Amino acid sequence: MSSLGTLGFTSPWLLVALISLPILWYILRAVPPSPIRQRFPGVILLLGLKDKEAVSDQTPWWLLLLRILAIGAIIIGLAGPVLNSNSNTSNNKSPLLVVLDGSWGGADQWQSQIKAVEAELKRAGSASREVAIFQLTLPEPPIFQAANTLIKSLAKLYPTPWQPDSLATAVVKLPAGDFETVWFSDGLYYNSKLPMLNALETHGPVRVVETNAEVLALTPAVYNDGAIEITAMRSLSGQERAINILVQGRDPIGNAVTLGIEQAIFASGDTVAQASLTLPAEMRARITRFEIQAVRSAGAVTLVSDSLRRREIALISNRDGREGLELLSPLHYLERALAPTVDLLHGSISDVIPANPDIIVLADVAKLVEEEANAISKWIQNGGLLLRFAGPKIAASSISRETEDPLMPVRLRSGGRSVGGAMSWGAPKTLAPFKKDSPFFGLPLSGDVDVTVQVMAQPDPTLAERVIAELSDGTPLVTRKHSGRGQIVFFHVTANAEWSSLPLSGLFVEMLDRLSSSTTSLDFPTTSLEGTIWTPQIVMDGFGRLKDATSMSGVPGSELTTLPASPSLLPGVYTSGNNSFSRNVLTVNSEIKPSSWPSHIPISILAFTTEQPLSGYLLAASIALLCLDVISSLALSGRLTGNLRATQAVVAGTMFLLTISTSQANAQQGNTKIAGAASEVVLAHVITNNQQVDEIAQAGLRGLSNALFFRTSVEPSDPVGVNLETDELAFFPLLYWPISPDQPRPSQDAYTKLNDYLKSGGLILFDTRDADVSSFTNNSANGRKLRDLAKALNIPALEPVPQDHILTRTFYLLQDFPGRHSGRELWVEAALPDSKQAEGMPFRKLNDGVTPIVIGGNDWASAWAITKTGQPMLPVGVGFGGERQRELAYRFGINLVMHVLTGNYKSDQVHVPALLDRLGQ
Amino acid sequence: MTSLSLREKAERDSATLPALLAQAEHLATAVLSGNHGRRRAGIGDDFWQYRPIQVGDSLRMIDHRRSAMGDVQFVREREWQIAQSVMIWIDRGASMRFASNSELATKADRARLFGLALSILLVRGGERVGLAGTQLPPRAGSAQISRLAEILLEDKSEDYTVPEHHAMIPHAKAVYVSDFMGEIDNIRTTLTKAADRGVRGILYHVLDPIEEAFPFRGRAIFQSVGGTFEHETLKASGLKEYYLERLAKRKDELKQLCSVAGWQYGLHHTNSSTQSGLLWLWRAIDGGRGSA
Repeated sequence: MSSLGTLGFTSPWLLVALISLPILWYILRAVPPSPIRQRFPGVILLLGLKDKEAVSDQTPWWLLLLRILAIGAIIIGLAGPVLNSNSNTSNNKSPLLVVLDGSWGGADQWQSQIKAVEAELKRAGSASREVAIFQLTLPEPPIFQAANTLIKSLAKLYPTPWQPDSLATAVVKLPAGDFETVWFSDGLYYNSKLPMLNALETHGPVRVVETNAEVLALTPAVYNDGAIEITAMRSLSGQERAINILVQGRDPIGNAVTLGIEQAIFASGDTVAQASLTLPAEMRARITRFEIQAVRSAGAVTLVSDSLRRREIALISNRDGREGLELLSPLHYLERALAPTVDLLHGSISDVIPANPDIIVLADVAKLVEEEANAISKWIQNGGLLLRFAGPKIAASSISRETEDPLMPVRLRSGGRSVGGAMSWGAPKTLAPFKKDSPFFGLPLSGDVDVTVQVMAQPDPTLAERVIAELSDGTPLVTRKHSGRGQIVFFHVTANAEWSSLPLSGLFVEMLDRLSSSTTSLDFPTTSLEGTIWTPQIVMDGFGRLKDATSMSGVPGSELTTLPASPSLLPGVYTSGNNSFSRNVLTVNSEIKPSSWPSHIPISILAFTTEQPLSGYLLAASIALLCLDVISSLALSGRLTGNLRATQAVVAGTMFLLTISTSQANAQQGNTKIAGAASEVVLAHVITNNQQVDEIAQAGLRGLSNALFFRTSVEPSDPVGVNLETDELAFFPLLYWPISPDQPRPSQDAYTKLNDYLKSGGLILFDTRDADVSSFTNNSANGRKLRDLAKALNIPALEPVPQDHILTRTFYLLQDFPGRHSGRELWVEAALPDSKQAEGMPFRKLNDGVTPIVIGGNDWASAWAITKTGQPMLPVGVGFGGERQRELAYRFGINLVMHVLTGNYKSDQVHVPALLDRLGQ
Repeated sequence: MTSLSLREKAERDSATLPALLAQAEHLATAVLSGNHGRRRAGIGDDFWQYRPIQVGDSLRMIDHRRSAMGDVQFVREREWQIAQSVMIWIDRGASMRFASNSELATKADRARLFGLALSILLVRGGERVGLAGTQLPPRAGSAQISRLAEILLEDKSEDYTVPEHHAMIPHAKAVYVSDFMGEIDNIRTTLTKAADRGVRGILYHVLDPIEEAFPFRGRAIFQSVGGTFEHETLKASGLKEYYLERLAKRKDELKQLCSVAGWQYGLHHTNSSTQSGLLWLWRAIDGGRGSA
């Protein structure tokens, strides 16, 4: 292979043929264009005429040039030109060691890095040098071997989410002997980079290939003064650059969504960019991670721990009518103690329960109505923490006297006791040190806490294990009971300073902090991690992809925050008990720095210098030139003027050739179907490959589209059939999917598309078309097929359409949904179990959004189907009743489309009076 | 010619015949003028009626054979016959079978159409129509139309045909449709003969638009349709000027001949409307009535 700069030729001797071009020029010049033969009746008038000039028309110079260029392009094309020819081989025969950093820093450029490695290996292979690969993050003793075998194993390499910093081991693993080294660097500095370089230089020359792209990374998000602050860093301080930080989380149902996009701007010359995000607490709680858009690297992802979440605590007391005595309020001290760290909720129990607070505080509330008690019980079962304080009312009531109240941790003795008062013996009691199994263990006791009045616990067998704080004489001060996933904690004193000085002390705040953090985790001080073992739940790989890690072993809490990421400490989400902690590649204070190399090390930039064969382009260009030559020769000899058709044919033919020769370059073609669907409302049906079913589905949707057009403000254009494998679904509001037993199962990709479609608000109407012979739950062939098809779909829980479902009133008021058959069953997404019918309302407020799935078997398309002339295609029922049924089928279709397009708008209670009026109630 | 190919040709020809007839009929309806009812006394050959002599009749007009039968003197009247016969000549030479592109009709098609449509009109008007020459003498009646159509569909092989000048009926009318590309002397002979016999008529010059435009460029070999004439040029665009000059001269000569012989000259291009062409023909032949 010979080369000129970056251009090389596979068979350069062919270029000798270029010498013939001048000769060709003379030959072509000498030969005039051939005459056209033209039938012409007027020739008789021409007879005897002489040409004015005796010389014939010469081929014009530009046509000659065109032909010469075309032939030149063919010759050069056949010589096999290759751009970026890798022909600068050195004559070095020593082995080549390819060193890869292989950390997350290079993950974003990984593909090009691997390509560059492959090119390097090929080059070494053509020089028959032995090669080995040494990835610093996963050091294995390199073994020199033939390049071809090594190239095959390149696909197995992957970037790691840690930096190669434990290189003491790596240096040892270097093979003995002399070898040349190519170091593919990720562009990040780490401590052991220079020692490693020195170690390599003892074996032979070292070249460095480094990306010139800057490495981007995110540090963990911090919650500060009501805003989430995210810091992005880059390795090089270059031009001003804006990056998008995606806020990933879950929607209220639990599906993964992007909650927002925040822009961070690196000022010119700056390596740090800040983004600040203010979100409602509820939304904040749903954030799972932040990531930099379009950067595939573990460093560009930061997982969010619970530290972003502010706990919600509901404070409830039943002190009405005692205005003005702020300091006597049972809640005053609680509020002061909790307000800095948590969100407080006020209100009645029935108000706060739906907000699902983390903690509900009942200060001296003895009696709860049964409904409230049930609601609280249920909430505790789901993980709530009920924090109760004693008080005069509890002391006076009979709660938890005879039998243990479900909402109290212990039984109480009547009356309570008072110590250290004017009329009693003994001094006020102080606190005993906390026991080891107490959540308060480790809190320093201050001597100024004393208790004068308290309610007493009955000495039951279970009492000992339920006490988490006691007085110096051993009487329980705080008791706790687990219930379901939640717990009930009872302070045997009041929440204000009436019975004890506890609420006045700093200890009270710390105790509440411990209690509230035990529901979910807080940012732990390092000390509290001591001695705990944290097990990973989800870990990241070098690309920032998350994977399940429940099978991995745990990590000691002390290492979790202090050590850098390593094979045994992957970034991810770790849990210990009820607490979770997210470990990221970068910690809050870490920095990234660009790598620096000694001046004698040659550094080349990682670029896409893959070999690019050019002969295809040149040959295509020569075809294009020849086509041009055809047209211009014709034009020149007057053949283009006479016959218009022939001209068109020639031009079309040459254009066809041109498009074929250039079709490699742009294979993508616009899809008119998609364009139409994107600009209009278009109903779509899934192509089942059963011609009859597809035709009826098409005709049915045409009928429905017509009905919509005539009756509503929805004006759909012609329906289309969609091929699940090839078509984009996002533009269609509704997919009608008739089931036939012989249709093929969509591919995995198609299912991914369908699931995305369902998630993003699409609706699929499955029609088993067999309601005349079978009900939905029965085992008909179509039903079985539907089950098979829908197995891979994300289908929520379903229920038969309830009487008050939104489908019954989005446009028409409907009771049932006949198609060609009038089976009763229509299944939709189940309403949330806690939806209730409000007083005086004819229907419930049901779930938000659109049901993603409607399943039935009434063969609606057949009822909707019309021919091109607008006549019904298939008979429905008999006589007038049949026509009525068809009408109801149309009404169902219209309701369905309205439901898709307007969501639960008609569920809005604003419409109740009008609907009530029409319902005749 | 094998029987198969004969059959094939017959089928093909007979297929065009009804189409041509229908087309011509259709065209003729558009022009139908209602010139019936010449059934009255006038100049003609056939007996019409005897009438008593009136003041102003010359004595030479008295029919003595009838008058001798009584005391009253009678005048014999003949039926008024306008152009007693119309002779049509349609150029069927090869040069006529040319159309510059497939959307235009060939000149021959156009000429046939004119001839036949005009014949239909004339026959409906009670005239007698025939072909110039001896092949089909003028006759009245719609059967004549079919005979005309049959003959008109026959093509001739020579490139430029000579206008028919034999068996001209004195004082008849004649319509000659051609591209008149042939020898001008032949046309002159015909017109001279016609003038001698008191035949008046029309020269209808049918040309393809390309023959007026001459848009050719580059090296070209021009061939007549029949292939008998050929002219090669290295630079066709250089010939345009001369060609157009010669064409204009040819038209002038034709006009000159017409005015001398008392004929009318009309020009038709195949890309213009058939109806307007036919209308012109009809007016031209109708306008000659009085002088006939």
